[in-house]
Amino acid sequence: MNILYFAWVREQIGTGHEDLDPPAGVRDVRGLIAWLAARSPGHESALRDTSRLRAAVDQTFVDLDAPVAGAREVAIFPPVTGG
Amino acid sequence: MIHVRLQAESFDAGAELARVEALGGGGVASFTGIVRGDDGLTELLLEHHAEMTRAMMEALAADAAKRWDLLGVVVLHRHGALAPGEPIVFVATAATHRGAALDACASLIDRLKTQAPFWKRETFADGRQRWVEPRASDDAAAARWLRDGG
Repeated sequence: MNILYFAWVREQIGTGHEDLDPPAGVRDVRGLIAWLAARSPGHESALRDTSRLRAAVDQTFVDLDAPVAGAREVAIFPPVTGG
Repeated sequence: MIHVRLQAESFDAGAELARVEALGGGGVASFTGIVRGDDGLTELLLEHHAEMTRAMMEALAADAAKRWDLLGVVVLHRHGALAPGEPIVFVATAATHRGAALDACASLIDRLKTQAPFWKRETFADGRQRWVEPRASDDAAAARWLRDGG
């Protein structure tokens, strides 16, 4: 699974991209975030407060309760600030 | 005519506007967003998702063209490091009458702000860096167009 991070999530984790195989117990985005948070202190710091996070599965914006089974790409990021 | 561009390079808003004015509509509206140098800001970095951001810009432009029956719509957005005074975003719409052009233009800029995957990081003269937080007023502005029917 291709995991992408953007903005301060990317900065705190220290990379914009990881290629990982989450265990079968990881069912939704929220579960994926909890699993990722244990990878390093940077992950923990960036992913601790899920109320500040948004996500996209296979390039579609989703709620954190969305399933991730079979997803090729999951992006995790703060709320967008374009324009 | 729907024209969407996502680019690092600057653009000439006047030339882009002239292209929309030439479509034969009775009303043309446009918006240019420019980097403000408030509080000693020296750089505004715009981060984006290469595929998702372009797809969302195209979807918003197509949606506006359909909803307001536009003769033409141009949506340009830059990414990368920008300096104060540089243009960030440009939207222009052409329609038979002013109402559709003005509403479509305002809707597009409001929805770009809250729906297109861009993240802004400010750098100041003293070296401080700060990621821009979304504002509730931006969400309210975008929601107005959804409440009004799309």
